[in-house]
Amino acid sequence: MTLSDTLLTSFRTVVSYRLRSLLIILAMALGVAAVVMLTALGDGARNYVINQFSSIGTNLLVVLPGRAETSGSFLGAVLGQTPRDLTLKDAQLLERLPQIRRYAPLNVGAAELSAANRLREVTVLGSTEHLIPIRHMKLAQGSFLQHGSERSAQIVLGAKIAQEFFPHIQAIGQRVRLGDNRFLVSGVLAAQGETMGFNTDEVVIIPIDYAQAMFNTTSLFRILVETKHHNDIEPAKQAMLAILKQAHDGEEDITIITQDAILSTFDRILHALTLAVAGIAAISLIVAGILIMNVMLVAVSQRTAEIGLLKAIGATSSDIRRLFFAEALWLSLTGALFGFLLGQLGSQLIRWAYPQLPAWAPLWASIAGIAVAVITGIVASILPANQAARLDAVQALGKR
Amino acid sequence: MIRLQSITRTFHMGDQTVYALNDINLQIDSGEYVSIMGPSGSGKSTLLNIIGLLDQPNGGRYELDGRPVTDLTEIEQARIRREKIGFVFQSFHLVPRLTAAENIELPLILGGIPAEQRQARVQAALQAFELLQRAQHRPAELSGGQRQRVAIARATIMQPSVILADEPTGNLDHQIGAEVMVLLENLHHAGTTLIIVTHDRELGARAHRQIGMRDGKILTDQHS
Repeated sequence: MTLSDTLLTSFRTVVSYRLRSLLIILAMALGVAAVVMLTALGDGARNYVINQFSSIGTNLLVVLPGRAETSGSFLGAVLGQTPRDLTLKDAQLLERLPQIRRYAPLNVGAAELSAANRLREVTVLGSTEHLIPIRHMKLAQGSFLQHGSERSAQIVLGAKIAQEFFPHIQAIGQRVRLGDNRFLVSGVLAAQGETMGFNTDEVVIIPIDYAQAMFNTTSLFRILVETKHHNDIEPAKQAMLAILKQAHDGEEDITIITQDAILSTFDRILHALTLAVAGIAAISLIVAGILIMNVMLVAVSQRTAEIGLLKAIGATSSDIRRLFFAEALWLSLTGALFGFLLGQLGSQLIRWAYPQLPAWAPLWASIAGIAVAVITGIVASILPANQAARLDAVQALGKR
Repeated sequence: MIRLQSITRTFHMGDQTVYALNDINLQIDSGEYVSIMGPSGSGKSTLLNIIGLLDQPNGGRYELDGRPVTDLTEIEQARIRREKIGFVFQSFHLVPRLTAAENIELPLILGGIPAEQRQARVQAALQAFELLQRAQHRPAELSGGQRQRVAIARATIMQPSVILADEPTGNLDHQIGAEVMVLLENLHHAGTTLIIVTHDRELGARAHRQIGMRDGKILTDQHS
């Protein structure tokens, strides 16, 4: 019996038992679809987090004052001293490091903004012109502290603030009062919405000197540092720690967080999560496999007389075995492909429902889902196929 | 030519050994028309199954066309069944989900014959057995006589040298049975060896050689 005849004959068998075949194919398809959709969800969540992280900047290091650990090794803590302030001077030291492209010192506070007979509380970011590119913010109009104007009293308004205060007129060039100082609106941020729980549409940005004067502090909230290359992140971190330790009389009282480290932690967690849900979904494939085994066993006993006849007209045991194998292969393969399409459709629906979630099933998951389905189907048919092949022809023919 | 020497076939029922065939010696020449008769349990069907290589004897020697076949591998025996032997059963044994034409085609598929040749041979067989109108019907839509004609067409499609028929008219009424017998006898006239197992004396008497069996032994062997 040729291979193509075996495949064709078993295909006809699958078609002729329509309801039975459709039900098995459905079971297999649901299993594969579950793998595809759940991994699409998991991987979508992973990519969502990665996108969120990279939207706040790339190759980013954040310096914060204080030591982020609770062990007793910090002498200052034992003596009841507060950690040394992180100052603008510290920030300027970092500029000399070769790995660093740019840095932005940051002060954050709240103040009342008033203009055009309107008044509201706003979050104030005090920084330099580098904040905007480092934080991946975009200016819809205007500029911030361009060359030659580093010391001027400029202010950049968040998109929503600009809309609220100057709904009908051009915001740029207007004068506003922030706290006790007057500022000239030099730019408006493009609307970005919320990223990582921080809404840039409702902030204002002023020069760091003004911010420190306004909040009466010399201590920085953060220093944001961007390295030149991705590979520079770790050396830059070490170099920055060394420099700042030296500047702080040998006390390592600052903490440096790399965006990379946070990102890779999230990446690992969510990847593990994706694998876990894929594994859970794969259980349904095993269940479908057992279903195939069950149905094939029933088929063997239903078709006993037919198997006996095939032997009588010259089928070998391996012909019979291959026929049953091929039947299981058709069922599982059709189910797997159908399930793959179903899963893709489901992922598409998820993407429609949640556009910010890039729910694309990873290639490995689709391939693994289909492969597991087909292998399960074949493995499940080994027992029934062997049983059919071993049937005694005379006894099989005697069965009705 | 079929030659059986000291063929024994035993079954175990509990701790008892039952001799279905007990030291059978038999020679059937090519082109003979033989009927095997006897009461049920006499071993006539077992004898037919051993001649058709569906069953294996426990002892003895079986030569088919001068070649010993009992020690052949399963694959070689399947090949002989496919090419030299055609079975016709009392209950027809058609595959219910296949059409008449597809049932007739089965041995050709098992023999690995290319699809183009198969079509021509199936058409010829349908014509020879007056089944052209019924080619696309499934067994459930055929009458008993038509079903047995399909079965005979299937048994002969590989042009075997031996036709083995086990009660071929057992499920048919008298007249249809007679028509089926004519078809089988026509095959014999064309040179095929025809061996029929029956308990119907009238039917058995039509054969040129009648073998009577009882308790696994050949009792009588008459030529007429």
